[in-house]
Amino acid sequence: MPEPRNGVRIGFYVCHCGHNIASMVDCPAVAAYAATLPNVAVSRDYKYLCSDPGQELIKRDIAELGLSHVVVASCSPLLHEHTFRSATEAGGLNPYCFHMVNIREHDSWVHTDRRLATEKAKALARAGIRRVAHHQPLEMKRVPIHPDVLVVGGGIAGIHAALTLASAGKKVYLVEREPSIGGHMAKFDKTFPTLDCAACILTPKMSAVRSHPNITLWSYSEVVKTDGYVGNYTVTVRRKPRYVIEELCVGCQECIDSCVYKKPMFPDEFNEGLGKRKPIHIPFPQATPQVVLIDPEVCLNFKRGVLTDKCKKTCVEACAERKAIDFNQKEELKEIKVGTIIVATGFQPFDVKRVPQYGYGTYPNVYTALEAERLVNASGPTSGEVVLRDGRHPNAIAIIHCVGSRDRKTNRWCSRVCCMYSMKLAHLLKEHSGAEVYNFYIDIRAPGKGYEEFYDKLNEEGVHFIRGRVGEVTDWAMTPEEEGKLVIRVEDTLAGFVRRIPVDMVVLSTGLEPHSDAQSVRRMFNMSCGTEGFFLERHPKLAPVNTYTDGVFIAGCCQGPRDIPDTVAQAGAAAAEAMALIDRGHIDQEPNTARILADCSGCKSCIPLCPYTAIAFDSATQKAVINEALCKGCGTCVGSCPSGSIIQNLFDDEEVFGEIQGVLADEPN
Amino acid sequence: MNPTDKAAAAGTGTPPAAEWTPRIVAFFCNWCTYTAADLAGVSRLKYSPNVRVIRLMCSGRVDPQFILDALSKGADGVLIGGCHPGDCHYVEGNYKMLRRFRLLRRMLSDMGIEPERVRLEWISAAEGDKVKLVINEMSAQLSALGPLNLPGKAKGWDAELTAEREAVHA
Repeated sequence: MPEPRNGVRIGFYVCHCGHNIASMVDCPAVAAYAATLPNVAVSRDYKYLCSDPGQELIKRDIAELGLSHVVVASCSPLLHEHTFRSATEAGGLNPYCFHMVNIREHDSWVHTDRRLATEKAKALARAGIRRVAHHQPLEMKRVPIHPDVLVVGGGIAGIHAALTLASAGKKVYLVEREPSIGGHMAKFDKTFPTLDCAACILTPKMSAVRSHPNITLWSYSEVVKTDGYVGNYTVTVRRKPRYVIEELCVGCQECIDSCVYKKPMFPDEFNEGLGKRKPIHIPFPQATPQVVLIDPEVCLNFKRGVLTDKCKKTCVEACAERKAIDFNQKEELKEIKVGTIIVATGFQPFDVKRVPQYGYGTYPNVYTALEAERLVNASGPTSGEVVLRDGRHPNAIAIIHCVGSRDRKTNRWCSRVCCMYSMKLAHLLKEHSGAEVYNFYIDIRAPGKGYEEFYDKLNEEGVHFIRGRVGEVTDWAMTPEEEGKLVIRVEDTLAGFVRRIPVDMVVLSTGLEPHSDAQSVRRMFNMSCGTEGFFLERHPKLAPVNTYTDGVFIAGCCQGPRDIPDTVAQAGAAAAEAMALIDRGHIDQEPNTARILADCSGCKSCIPLCPYTAIAFDSATQKAVINEALCKGCGTCVGSCPSGSIIQNLFDDEEVFGEIQGVLADEPN
Repeated sequence: MNPTDKAAAAGTGTPPAAEWTPRIVAFFCNWCTYTAADLAGVSRLKYSPNVRVIRLMCSGRVDPQFILDALSKGADGVLIGGCHPGDCHYVEGNYKMLRRFRLLRRMLSDMGIEPERVRLEWISAAEGDKVKLVINEMSAQLSALGPLNLPGKAKGWDAELTAEREAVHA
């Protein structure tokens, strides 16, 4: 057992966390054991230490018993370290004279043997007590914060976050990859359960973004690089060439009318390829910004993207007055400085080719849900008339739920919105075509305001609901009625037999999944991803818009599937979190930086190891020097210093060795 | 009631003499592996209780001395957990650890310490199940290898050296 250190009086507290810890760890025994360790002045167990009375207990002990250090054994430090540091500080000690021992996430919750779990708790407590004796008072590192914000992604989440921040007077850069903002929501016809027209509620917000003096909108642009840290990010944005000067174009579209292609010939991305567009086009009538763009892959003036100058350039003639068309436009790299970043990059719909049994691509009358949205939309390729790819009007329509959701073979998660949008599509398709509509579902998930009522309404409207996962969609007819139809083969799990239902049109309700390039976006902003690939929040309940990187927030479907109301709420939350940082004007950072001791031999081996170039060599003293403002506290230099001349606050050698000895000490448990 | 009385009241006497189980010291980086271990807890996954986790900000902070110290103090194995390559919160600390780890393993094998006793794993914040898997696997491997007992061996080596020295002096 180590000798007691002079002047160190430790208060040790073990939390029951109700039954969370106490059911697997004998908390009074841990407290009794800790009381026998050197330097421990008081040792107590308590039901909920994070509660007000629990924190009061610590504060009172500090004052009455003259404690110098505090150790709390409870949940993860990632959850409550801040709480107990504040309590330690309120009790009159430096907040860093505190250490937290994790006996919930790392002990009681993961073990099943009470004796072994208690033994482990004692060992961890012993390690914390040995470690804390070396803790020195430290000061927070304070850095100023740049007031501008970058919002990545111009869907409804990004739009709402940008507008919220801009209305509060913050300067916002909104970067969108596509030529127009609006995201998936702009493609929807109506929104559930109120059947508001999506465009009617979205387009005013889109124009507000365009006209807001505090928002710089960069559409058709991508973030390519992010450097720096909370409060001081340097971001490089690539602005892709539209071959049209954005500032000069007024969106009159005369160039489109005068294009040498008299008829639109190329698949229109906005209408999911159901409609056609010209090489020079505007993505959709309400596109924001109202600026045309040229697709160099198909424009005659280019050959597969390379300028050839071989076209008559009737579009340039049409724009002679404003001279907005510029075939020589090059991509531009812009560098901006921001303090906080909101990532709202959204989702991609599940690729239905992964479930070939549903016949997408084989049978022309199988549609994805997004295609069906465009088909019923008044401004869609058929002006809202439900005309199939073969020109027929459907008499019976099948909507297959959970395509790429709740499926071990594809994506395991529930995409949350498909039940509702399938029902919305059922309503709209029935309204537009008068056809019989069949929904094939596993469970109807309608957990939202007015959602269950919407389901009831659909039942009243006479939409059919058949419970069962569809086995296949086939054109192989067994009866004369099935001739020329698509047949849905499904086990009706409520009726208890396999059915064959002939229909004319099939809609696949695709699930939501992370973008295929989510991993590179994640790396760019130093975020984490969950197993399914959605960006990971700092805490699923208490910090749902924060990430593990300070100053980077997430909103919308990039964090997980959600509907529009939840997305807007989350975007507002992300904006509020960013504002909370900006309005404080500075950020307090962990003082876990490294510093160099006087016995540095000047070998320079640490200098190339620092990823932040925080270490320099002072030729006058022949020693290395660490710039504290640049140091992020990883400790890589400390771990590699051959002479042990670098110290890291909070993770100093003495502290870590104390912990190692603590967990391994052969003392009576 | 003072804590000791409480313990007596809770009826915790001396535990029965347990069989030998390996002792694992783990160094987990704050951002990925420690968070993954928290996730394992939140998900109520169950794993072997003979691991003791020490939190560091980055796997790059793991000084080879920490590993040697743990082994010399009685650990039967050391597990280091860091972010996946390319995902380090501090850009490249995990690569620095990897370099040291390779060198250290070579040195340990020269000392007669089995390479399975020191393990480096990349575990992201989402991989709670991997924490469970790795700890259970390592625990089983170490159980098969048996105790390392470096402190005991060191005593033996000391005694040998003393004997040699005395023989020379005699």
